[in-house]
Amino acid sequence: MLLVEFLLLAAFLFCVGVYGVLARKNAVLVLMSVELILNSVNINLVAFGAMHGGAAGLAGQTFALFVIAVAAAEVGVGLAIVLLIYRNRRSIDLTEADLMRG
Amino acid sequence: MNDVDLAPQLAFGIIAAAMCISAIRVVTTRNVVHAALYLVVVLAGAAALFVLLAAEFVAVVQVLVYIGAIVVLFLFGIMLTRAEIGRLSDLDNDQRWLAGIVAVFLFGVLAFFLYDGVRDTKLPEPPAVQTSGEVGQSIFTTYVVPFEVISVLLLAALVGAVVIARKE
Repeated sequence: MLLVEFLLLAAFLFCVGVYGVLARKNAVLVLMSVELILNSVNINLVAFGAMHGGAAGLAGQTFALFVIAVAAAEVGVGLAIVLLIYRNRRSIDLTEADLMRG
Repeated sequence: MNDVDLAPQLAFGIIAAAMCISAIRVVTTRNVVHAALYLVVVLAGAAALFVLLAAEFVAVVQVLVYIGAIVVLFLFGIMLTRAEIGRLSDLDNDQRWLAGIVAVFLFGVLAFFLYDGVRDTKLPEPPAVQTSGEVGQSIFTTYVVPFEVISVLLLAALVGAVVIARKE
């Protein structure tokens, strides 16, 4: 297997996630797209770790685990915010949540 | 290409194709619940790739935390915000074409430079297996300070989520 295959797949998932964040207006779907982005980073970390092996491989896997933990925290807080927006406005349409627009 | 690396190559191709199609469906489907279920396919594919790269512990954690916890949280979020279960027409905003152009441009630039830079780098075959024990040793010796910081972050997120979401 070539390293570049994994990196290209991760880049593709990243770009799909960026598209989702920009184009979706349902808040839950935007959070899902963020998960795609974080997941592509994990693939990169583990692939680079597998390329180098040894201590670098362990570093890659450890940081992939840290990214998973941060993603879990992010989804928890993100969905709490989405629920709060829904409770206050009866809608999770992000184009309507413009209270802080200058 | 000899027979030894054909099998992982084939596995990678199938998994990658499934992940790409599912990822596109996540951001284009008109059904919120289907998006969550397609997300499961992408995350499971990533776990399979980790197995392919001999990162067994990360693969197991990926299944447990991502598929087991995060996707379930998403489904709870969908239910609690009472999204229509079924096809919806207004899930995308009006920047869709601009977003598509940005994503395609970004992928083009990334792909060009990745292909230019690491085209011939081969992964070790078979990959060096790093056992869960070694990963655990690494977390609790070399990276013990980041690990503690992550613990505090999770606690802060837990408290923050409770405070934000509770009723007044």
